[in-house]
Amino acid sequence: MDVQLKRGLLEICVLAAIKNEESYGYKIIKDMKPYAELSESTLYTILKRLEAADMLTVRTAEHGGRLRKYYRITDLGRKRIEDFEGEWKEIMAIYRFVTREDNKYE
Amino acid sequence: MNKQEFLLKLSEGLSDLPREEIGERLSFYSEMIDDRVEEGLSEAEAVEEIGQIDNIVSQIIDEKTITKPAGERIRTKRRLRAWEIVLLVLGSPLWLPLLLVAFALLLTVYIMLWVIVLSLWSVELSLIAGTLGGVATGVLSIVSGGGLRELILFSMGLVLAGLSILLFFGCKAATAGTFILTKKIALKIKALFTGRRMQDETGN
Repeated sequence: MDVQLKRGLLEICVLAAIKNEESYGYKIIKDMKPYAELSESTLYTILKRLEAADMLTVRTAEHGGRLRKYYRITDLGRKRIEDFEGEWKEIMAIYRFVTREDNKYE
Repeated sequence: MNKQEFLLKLSEGLSDLPREEIGERLSFYSEMIDDRVEEGLSEAEAVEEIGQIDNIVSQIIDEKTITKPAGERIRTKRRLRAWEIVLLVLGSPLWLPLLLVAFALLLTVYIMLWVIVLSLWSVELSLIAGTLGGVATGVLSIVSGGGLRELILFSMGLVLAGLSILLFFGCKAATAGTFILTKKIALKIKALFTGRRMQDETGN
């Protein structure tokens, strides 16, 4: 898949993974595993970018005698997911147009 | 490989990144390993699941190069610590004059270069003048039927003509060389201030 497209999609996935409750790195990877493979270094980059874009906030909390970082979605992050749903309808329309010829003769 | 070895190797692989970022990435991976261990994996298994150090390092470098705007390069940069700033300020009576002297010396060397070029050109100019004088005398002597002295002057004029042609190329090369040097120095100074390395210095 196109690198830029995939990157954008994975960003939405990470937002979706923390949509309902705050989460931490390993849990995000585990939750996404059935749908998309996400490497640690990619996740790190995405989390950094989403934080810089104010789409999530980070807090560090103690867990089992060590520190763990928790990520919580912001209103801006929720809006990004909503926007994506709208964008996806457009993409699906384009997809139907692109594959239109194939269906005609089936 | 256990967690400690993994983190050590990773920090070695990422040593070109800014120090704070290395620390942040290491604690990120440390958390990832700990969370896997908490699920029942051994440290070795957790490390293996995360992947090969070489792949991780090259992926991180790749991602950074894609994300960075064009022209900007990865560069080890760190902030000055408080005591370093204090030392810098306290030491300014010492290093500031030294810096000025160094600058003045460099400027002098640079001016000397141009003086050499200038003197080369003036020698060239006098050679051309000698050529013209010698040849003119020779031609006049042929017309007015002069003696041996005029003939020697004429031949000297021809010798000077040869020399001036040779020196012309030398002068041209010296001028061009100094111009190129000027350009290089200007680029280096610019790179010093913008904090960017020149492209041929980053080998990744």
